[in-house]
This record gives sequence, structure tokens and C-alpha cells, in this order.
Amino acid sequence: MSNTTSSKRLLNSLGTFLALIAIWGLFFSFGNRAIGSAEGIESIVQQTVVIGIAAIGMTFIIISAGIDLSIGSAIALCSVVGAKLAVAGANPLVTVSVTLLSGLLIGLFIGLLVVRAKLIPFITTLGTLLILRGLALALANSQPINAQDSNWLRFWLNSLSDDMKFLIIPPGGWLMIVLALAATGVLRFTVFGRHVFAVGSNENTARLCGVAVDRTKLLVYMIGGAFAALSGLMLVSYQGQGDPTGATGYELDIIAAVVIGGASLNGGIGSIFGSLIGALIITVIRTGCTLNGISESTTRIITGAIIVTAVAIDRLRQRSN
Amino acid sequence: MRGIKKAFGAQVALAGVSLKLAAGEVHALVGENGAGKSTLMKILSGAYQPDSGEMWVDGKPYAPANPSEARQRGVGMIYQELSIAPHLSVAENIFLGIEPRNGLLIDHAKMRSEANKTLASLGHGNIDVNEPAGDLSVSQQQIVEIARALSMGCKIIVFDEPTSSLAQADVERLFDLIDTLAKRGLSIIYISHFLEEVRRLTSRLTILRDGASVAVYETKSIDDAKIVAEMVGREVKDLYPRSQRTIGPVLLEANIPGSGKLTLRRGEVVGLCGLVGAGRTEFLRAIFGLDTIEGKKVLVNGTQKTSDPRSNWQAHLGFVSENRKEEGLALDLSIGDNVCLPALSKLGKAGFISPSQRSQHTVRWISDFGIRCQGPDQPIGNLSGGNQQKAAIARLLEADCDVLLLDEPTRGIDIAAKAKIYEVINRLVTDPKNPKAVLMVSSYLPELLGVCDRIATVCRGQLSEAVPVAETNSEKLMRAATGN
Repeated sequence: MSNTTSSKRLLNSLGTFLALIAIWGLFFSFGNRAIGSAEGIESIVQQTVVIGIAAIGMTFIIISAGIDLSIGSAIALCSVVGAKLAVAGANPLVTVSVTLLSGLLIGLFIGLLVVRAKLIPFITTLGTLLILRGLALALANSQPINAQDSNWLRFWLNSLSDDMKFLIIPPGGWLMIVLALAATGVLRFTVFGRHVFAVGSNENTARLCGVAVDRTKLLVYMIGGAFAALSGLMLVSYQGQGDPTGATGYELDIIAAVVIGGASLNGGIGSIFGSLIGALIITVIRTGCTLNGISESTTRIITGAIIVTAVAIDRLRQRSN
Repeated sequence: MRGIKKAFGAQVALAGVSLKLAAGEVHALVGENGAGKSTLMKILSGAYQPDSGEMWVDGKPYAPANPSEARQRGVGMIYQELSIAPHLSVAENIFLGIEPRNGLLIDHAKMRSEANKTLASLGHGNIDVNEPAGDLSVSQQQIVEIARALSMGCKIIVFDEPTSSLAQADVERLFDLIDTLAKRGLSIIYISHFLEEVRRLTSRLTILRDGASVAVYETKSIDDAKIVAEMVGREVKDLYPRSQRTIGPVLLEANIPGSGKLTLRRGEVVGLCGLVGAGRTEFLRAIFGLDTIEGKKVLVNGTQKTSDPRSNWQAHLGFVSENRKEEGLALDLSIGDNVCLPALSKLGKAGFISPSQRSQHTVRWISDFGIRCQGPDQPIGNLSGGNQQKAAIARLLEADCDVLLLDEPTRGIDIAAKAKIYEVINRLVTDPKNPKAVLMVSSYLPELLGVCDRIATVCRGQLSEAVPVAETNSEKLMRAATGN
């Protein structure tokens, strides 16, 4: 009897997945078929990984009824940190650890403001959006840091060379899938994961039931920061540079991906794979529009319309339940 | 009103209710919580639309689309929660939405004089119409609301539990006022849990049970026992099962500065009675550490607890909130998540939990408590109030609690679910292996008298000595609660 709700949940994520296939199919059937070629798919994956990895962290935050508007700035700052270290010739392990640590500290900072200073996450992260961007600019002297020659970093999202074709998609794509599996496991099968849902669904209930609400929120923002840091490294890998002005506006793509994926901004609802499908939907629209020579302005209008439609359909579906 | 039906999703709130009100009559509407009184009055006042049924006012068909249309047709409500705008003046509140105009501008002079006149006619000419309404006492705010209803030309006024937040003297003045209104030819519907108020005020009463009007009586012709029996639909005796209780050692000692001391023993149910807002809930919350009180002392099993909720659950102390929606339950989450939340770590090792374990644990409570649902993974928000409440109590047992703090455990749930909860409470405290202890707050005296072994009263924050239930009755408790 417990299958009814599990299958309903499956059906919901299936719905988002079908939307993805439908949008991709539309571009493939009526437009440039390059979107179905190996190169087309590779390009979609390359662009999705940056958004997708950050969306994994954002899913934790949104399920806990929080929000992080500064995630784009955090990605840029971490991309600068990573690129600087890589260019300076630091060992990959050190580079990754220090970048991740930067992300964790960013999350800790936001988390402390939310938990200790009791600021609303929306306002807090509107502030950190500017602070982190400023830090990124200062650290990089307002110049992009060229990391073209860092092979180990480029490896993750470079186009696959012929002897690597067996991977089908760039390694960064596989990394994203592994991370998504791990994150899903944490959310579903750990005490911490259920506490994240409880805090987001009803903070008072969580407190009543002895959940360490503040600690849970702090951890959630730190997880968000760590994934932003990884996303920053992927951005360096994709673009070959750490750009202090990069990832501008990504926060909106990332939040949209999570919401398209079925999460509720009121908290308590959300799924990691839903968010990844949401991220894919956004990139497929972008890529499809570019391949078909649709202008930037029209692309934006289409993307916006699809986000609103997706969420509206989702709300209708929830109301009918 | 005839044949009114209303359902919310699968839950039928009203299954065909009829009500007749004569001009100049004070008519009581009584029934258990959840019997459909509020839904019926929300339909009368236009807040809800009925699924079927018809209404007439003054012989003309009446189907208000919203509360303002209802007021235009002369039907006004005085809710338990007053709805004044605290920053506006008394006069502005009385004329909110019907301001007298002088061309485009509001005619303040006329508004003030009219407001004065209306208040004087209610015997409250002493209220300053220029004062912000938020500065008035609760009873004066209530007068302002009544004045508003009169200014709008209301001929029918519904009072929903109007005395619950009033002091005794104000209650008497309100009763006199209601008598006056009735003499002026207004029709009053009076909703109350207190039968003595019904006797004092009303000439006839309609009893609601499970969403249907079961009977209309002349108030003089029916005794209290009969009213209650009609309300619950059976003999009252077997509603509160009471097995032989063996009182064991002290489990909980609480000393809350400013309120008082209380001890709770294994195998007993202690009740806290008192008016809403008297400090019963605060006492319970202080014990559980949800509100911090300086210098409080709470001993569980003889050990001092520096209690926050977390350590209390570990000490086998559990709490059920009076407010399921705001605090008690995470409505988006599954029954399993809600029931297992305080003791998740028991479902696995090293921070991991097994969903199948969670299902097994939850299914046990679902069958034990007769929770009507599709299964442990169903979102708890889809269940009826009674089934939600059973799950909220099951949470305490899943966490192996020995001491159960229950705040209004049967508020707003149907009679069958209530009976189940009374049965569960009795079973828990008479468990032969591990008898538990229950401390419960309730506004419903028959329930406290039926379930508890001892009852303490909270009056203006002060806790009295708990008295054995055999030595008290509802009159004595009511007197203690109102400080008389």
C-alpha cells in the first residue's frame, strides 16, 4: 500500500523528464538536427554540469526552506580561487581542497547570518551576492585568470578525445551523476537528510521533535557552498579560465532548475534528480535556440515562459492531488 | 437554512444541516468540536459556499458570495478572534468599508457622532471614538465589533464563543447586552461550549453532531445530560474508559517560577484546566523547554533536566502541540517521517536510516491506533484531523516516551477519534509492563473529568494544587478557573 505514494513521486519526476524529452524532440524534429549529434549532446552536458552541480547544493537549501541568491557570485569566487592555484602550479589535491574549503566557508558565513543573526535568507544572500562578487574581482584584479594549460582541470569538461569516446559524455557529467546519487542517498537515507526535510516543511515541528534546527541549516548552507565551489572548478574546466565576472545570473538558472525539478520554495519538497532534469531543460532550450539561430532576446523570452509554465503545471498537479 | 451540505475533499463537514431562527430570538448552536458549527456559520456569513442546500433571510433567498455581501443582507459575525484594525480609531473601525462621505472626502464629524451614538446605545458611551482600537481592552474591542455590525444594519448576529477571552464581569455585561439586542428585535445565534451560558441566554437550541443537525429543543425543556448525550450521540459513560489505575513512583516533578509546582506519577493522568490564555499551555511548554523560563526546575525520574526538547525526548518525555498545523506536524511529509522524527536514529546505524524500518515501525502504530490512511508514505496533511492527531500521539510512543505532555489532544477532531484517544490514554497508563504518565491540558471539562485521576487548575498563570477527580466537578473547576 505504500507503493501508491512512491509511484506518484516517480510519476512526478517522470513528468519533468517527459517535458525534457518533448522539448529536445521539438528542436530535433523541427529544427537543426545537430542537437541530437554527439557534439550537440556533449555541448549540452558541458553547459549543464556547471548549473547542475550547483543545483544539487541548492536543492538542499531550498528543501530546508532557504534560498541562496549569491550562488553565482560564489561560483565565480571559487573559480578564481581554483584557477589561481592551478596556474600557480599547486598540486590538484591542494587546489581542489582549498577551493572546496572556500566554498564551505562561504556557506558557513551565510549560514551563520541566517541562524545566528536571524536574517531572512533572501536578504542575507542578496548582500552576499555583492560581497562575494567584490571579493572575486579583488582577488583576480578584475581580470580573468587564464588556466588553459591546466590539463588536469581541463580534463573534466573538455571535448572527449577519440580514445576517450567510450565515456559518451565528458567526465564532469559522470561526476555530476555520481554526486547526485550520493546526495539523493543523503537526503533519503540519513537522519540528517530527513531533518533537512523536516526543517523545511515545518520548522516549529522540527524544533518540537528535538531536531537541531540551527545546526541543520548551517550544514545545508555549507553543503550549498561546497557544491558551488565544485561548480566553480567545472566552470574553469569548461571555459579554461577563472572569471571574476563569470557565472553572473547563474543563481536564477540554478534556482529555476530546482523549482522546475519539482521543489517548493516553501520548503519540504524537492528532489536532486528533478533538479538535474530542470538544469537539462534550461540548457536544451538555450542550445536548441542557438543552433536554430534564434536571437538572444527570443531565447530569454522562451526560457522564461517555459519556467513559468513548468511551475504552473506543477502547482495545478499538486492541487489536484 | 435547510439541507446545507459541505465537504472538503473527502471529508464531509456538513451532511445536511437545517436551522431556523426567529426575529428577536437568541438561539444556541451547540455541538462537539468538529461537529460543523464553524463551517455552518462560515456558510451563513458568506466565507464558504455550500455544496448544496438553501438559505432564506426574511423570506427571501439568500446566497452570499462573500462576507461583505452577507453583511449587506444583514448577517454579521463576531468571531472568537476579533477582527479589528488596531491602528485605526474606534470610529474608523466601526465604519470600516461603510464610511460616511462628504462628496469625495470622509465625513469624520458625522462618523464620530454616529459612532458615539451607537456605542451609547450599547451602554458603552464611555469608549473614546478617537482612540486607536488596539489600545482598548479585549471586551471593549468586542463592543466595537458589535457596534460595527449594528452600523451596517445587521439583523442577524452570530457570536462564536464570545466569552472565551473575557473576565467574569465583562461576561455579565456582554450577556446583558445580548439580551438588549434581542429585545430590539435582532436575532442572535450563540455558539458556546458552556451549557450554563446557553441556559442563561437562549430560548431554543440546535444540536449539531458529525455535520448534521440532530435536534432542536426549547432550552428550558432539556437537561444537561440529555444535551451532552445528543452531542456525542451515545451514553456518555463509555466514552471515557477507566481501568483500575495503580499509581506508581513519581516520574516528573516540575517547578515553574511564577506558576507553581506539579508532580506526576507513573500510571496516572493529571489534567490541567483553566480558561484559554490562563497559562496552561505555557506551563506545559515550559516543562518541555519550548519556552525558556528562568529558574525553572524539571526533574524527570529524579534527575534534573536542563531541558531543551532534544534532551527531553532522550529522557523519554514527549509533547503533543495544541496546534497541529503550525507546530505539531510537518504536513508535507509522510506519516512515517512525522511519527519517527524524534527518534530517527533508531531506524538504522551511524546516521543512516532504513526506509523499510520506518515503514514497519509506522505501520505498527497505524494498525494499533486505527489511523485511516493509504500507508506510511502518505503525506500526513491528507489525513483527517483525528487521524493526524493519532499520528501525533503515536510519535511519543515511537520515541519510547514515559511521560506524555498532551496539549488539547482532542481539539477539533471527531467524536470517534476522540474516543480512540481516550481509550489509548487509558491503555497507556494501565499498561501492566510499563505504565506511563500523562499530563494533559484541555478546555473541555467533561473530558478532563472522564480521563484524569487528578486535575489542577490554572488561573491567571497560577497553578493550583491538583485535586483527585472524585472530589471535584465541573462547577468547582469552572469556579476555580475563573477565580471565583
